[in-house]
Amino acid sequence: MIHDQADYAREGEDVHEPLLSEKDETTVDVREGSPLPDDLTREELTLPAPSEPEIARHYTRLSQMNWAIDSGPYPLGSCTMKYNPKFTEDVAADPNAAIHPDRSARAAQGNLELQYRLQEYLGEIGGMDAVTLQPPAGAAGEFTGIAVAKAYHEHHGNDRSEVVIPASAHGTNFATAAMAGYDVVELPSGDDGRVDVEALEAAVGDDTAALMLTNPNTVGLFERDITEIADIVHDAGGLLYYDGANLNALLGRGRPGDMGFDVMHYNVHKTFATPHGGGGPGAGPVGVVDELAEFLPSPRVREREDGSGYEPFDPDETIGKVHGFGGNWLVLVKTYAYIARLGDEGLADAAAKAVLNANYLAEQIDLDVPYGPFHHEFAATAGERDAADVAKRMLDFGVHPPTTKWPEMVPEAMLTEPTEIEGRSSLDDLAEAFNLAYADSDEALDAAPNRTAAARIDQVSAARDPKLSWQALDGE
Amino acid sequence: MSGSGGTPYAPHTDSETAAMLSAIGVDDEEALFDIPDAVAFDGEFGIEPRSEREIRAECSRIFARNDDLAEFLGRGHYGHYVPSVVDHLADRAEFLTSYTQYQPEVSQGFLQALFEYQSMLVELTGLPVANCSMYDAATALGEAATLADRVRSTSGDVVLVPDHLREGKRAVLENYCAGADLTVESYPMTDGNVDVDALADRAGDDVVMVYAENPTVRGCIEERLGAIGDLAADADALFTLGSDPVSLSVLEEPASVGADVVVGEAGALGLPTAYGMGLGLFACSDDFLRQVPGRLVGAAEDAAGDRAFTLTLQTREQHIRKERATSNICTNQAWVALRAAIHAATLGPDGLVDLANDCVREAAALADRIDEVKGAAAPVHDRHHVREFAVRVDQPAAAIAADLEAEGFAVHTIGEHLLQVCVTDLNAGRTDGLVAAFEEVI
Repeated sequence: MIHDQADYAREGEDVHEPLLSEKDETTVDVREGSPLPDDLTREELTLPAPSEPEIARHYTRLSQMNWAIDSGPYPLGSCTMKYNPKFTEDVAADPNAAIHPDRSARAAQGNLELQYRLQEYLGEIGGMDAVTLQPPAGAAGEFTGIAVAKAYHEHHGNDRSEVVIPASAHGTNFATAAMAGYDVVELPSGDDGRVDVEALEAAVGDDTAALMLTNPNTVGLFERDITEIADIVHDAGGLLYYDGANLNALLGRGRPGDMGFDVMHYNVHKTFATPHGGGGPGAGPVGVVDELAEFLPSPRVREREDGSGYEPFDPDETIGKVHGFGGNWLVLVKTYAYIARLGDEGLADAAAKAVLNANYLAEQIDLDVPYGPFHHEFAATAGERDAADVAKRMLDFGVHPPTTKWPEMVPEAMLTEPTEIEGRSSLDDLAEAFNLAYADSDEALDAAPNRTAAARIDQVSAARDPKLSWQALDGE
Repeated sequence: MSGSGGTPYAPHTDSETAAMLSAIGVDDEEALFDIPDAVAFDGEFGIEPRSEREIRAECSRIFARNDDLAEFLGRGHYGHYVPSVVDHLADRAEFLTSYTQYQPEVSQGFLQALFEYQSMLVELTGLPVANCSMYDAATALGEAATLADRVRSTSGDVVLVPDHLREGKRAVLENYCAGADLTVESYPMTDGNVDVDALADRAGDDVVMVYAENPTVRGCIEERLGAIGDLAADADALFTLGSDPVSLSVLEEPASVGADVVVGEAGALGLPTAYGMGLGLFACSDDFLRQVPGRLVGAAEDAAGDRAFTLTLQTREQHIRKERATSNICTNQAWVALRAAIHAATLGPDGLVDLANDCVREAAALADRIDEVKGAAAPVHDRHHVREFAVRVDQPAAAIAADLEAEGFAVHTIGEHLLQVCVTDLNAGRTDGLVAAFEEVI
């Protein structure tokens, strides 16, 4: 089954679907009949005013020009695109849960209970003592975790200025440390693709606030020396931060808290199958060990002492807030429902099948995989071919390609993560797409993709002369 | 399907699993894990798996423990009626289950929807650049402050915010500012509006950003926005204005009063009341194009010469620029932006203006009625209001709010003798009951 978006192209037209503004633009005189004096209002407002049937067709048509996990394989390494169980949408849509965040705790016992239960689940899964649900995405979780680490050091009178990050880490780690006001010390990868323990020893010291680490790392390798790494960082007085992007590989087999990590974030769309919605919303709960719990954002939720229900409370030394309210509530509800559906055995099986799938797929493709043994994802190399070109050609074979040209430790990397949701036949299709694209002619790769709604897009000129709105196009 | 206890969302039969293991050359799945014994987990989470039906029943039971209240609550999180078409279109799996558009050729639909969302904000703000979302109003404000820090060459480090500001929003801003060595200071309000004279006295070389809201957190419409814009410009400080797309449909266009950046809660469109979940609006002048945080969708051309859309100016972002990125944001609120765009399309400019005007009229009408209750005065500030207004009560406000809650109505307590009431199309039908409850409890 190949999903051929090019079939949707309109013969002889240079746009696939007109912009709403090209269908209709209506201007309204705002001041006529306004309850406000003229000097407080704008004069007019111009926007499209399509009818509901037109709206339904417009967005349906747009949706047909969009790849999704329900369309087919989406093996973006480190992004963990897995199937989003439909029932979680219905759980989150419960009208009784659609309440305002400022109502009293007494009147919000249901939502508080669900928050409390989810905090407990996540604490168990990560081996952490205390959890906040407030960060609205993984990167926000990183910012929260590093802010908590900073507050911890300051509370103990330690002025530390550096965060150590392996070169292979997610870009967010570096940006997070900088946003929190730290200098970044980049740690080169060892020859085996893991943290070079000697380099780490040389890098950490009195200025080290934290080491941020992903485990398994971004080429799927477990940091076998994790105990030694933790000791080195802790002996220097630093904290160990766990980037939860790759937690899917460890579910039920390893917990960051047991490995010496002090603070971690969970990526719920990666590990717990909440839909990514074309870019978000996500949620990035943060777990910490006891020593850091008093610094978590406010409020957290706990059981009332008399057991009569739940209450929000402010941790004693809280860093304050990282989201205006309690984070991405609807996403958190879906997280709870997913964890409840799988339970202990299901979660462990998800990790097992994710690792099985990655290893099976790697066996079926003709590209080299320089680093192993890997877990849920692997970085194949396109070698002499351009990984981005190979990826564009893969689109023509009915699959979404992997993450390309990253991490940089693998030349022409194709970072591939099929997740547990693909079966054997789907993995075989995916492998065939890899192999056909990899072996194809230079001309075919240059001309790809052909079966998508748009042909190859010129990113460079788009960035040179940015057109960011239909108003900007009108000016042409 | 997996054997009992496995994930229901992996398609593997036992024989397929065996064949795959054999292809890899291992005996079992455990052999694929390279986790040292010392750190391996062999305990239990204690999480019992449940069926779909059981989980739906369980969560319904839990959520039913929320009291059935008529909420007259706002202060940054607003409920408006969201038409069914928004749910049905946004819930299409092609949108909901897609990822960030890293392969634009196969993601044209979502990119175009986000481009249209950006365009809607350009119209509403009058500013030429709008990103395709931040998390919420508070984090968008935090990003505006760090933008100010990057683009203002002055040696200043002060961000000025109004005295009437949601506490949680300020707390978020403080965290963003802490990392950039910025300091947050508040300036006074007078009768619900910015005290422009006091602000003029305070604005100086040390200020990198002046923030104001329209409407304010108490629902007041600012009457001297142009003067605030002028004094920010004189101080060479960024003028950042907070608002929302419903209010912006009728209020003064931010660009016309000198706003450099507009932030706010765009989830006023598209999102139901969702326990504080939001959609961060971020728009700015094109002077800051290469310093904008977050993702931008741009029009481009494909190899066939046809118009196409793509994420653009990505060298600002963390996955390329790492510690020199304009922000660490990666996952944003794209799907919520899609919902807001669809909702705006269903309303059209007429519907948006009507909705905003209703928010003005309903607030004025309800304030008048509460004002007639002996022991209550509303609105506290002699201003025009959008959606919400403050109420002064002779008795302690918290006790009145608790009594109102017992009668089935939720309002904010914002001071010892101050309540705040928010009315929109969602609860306008319950105002008779609220007024009666006020009469009952005061």
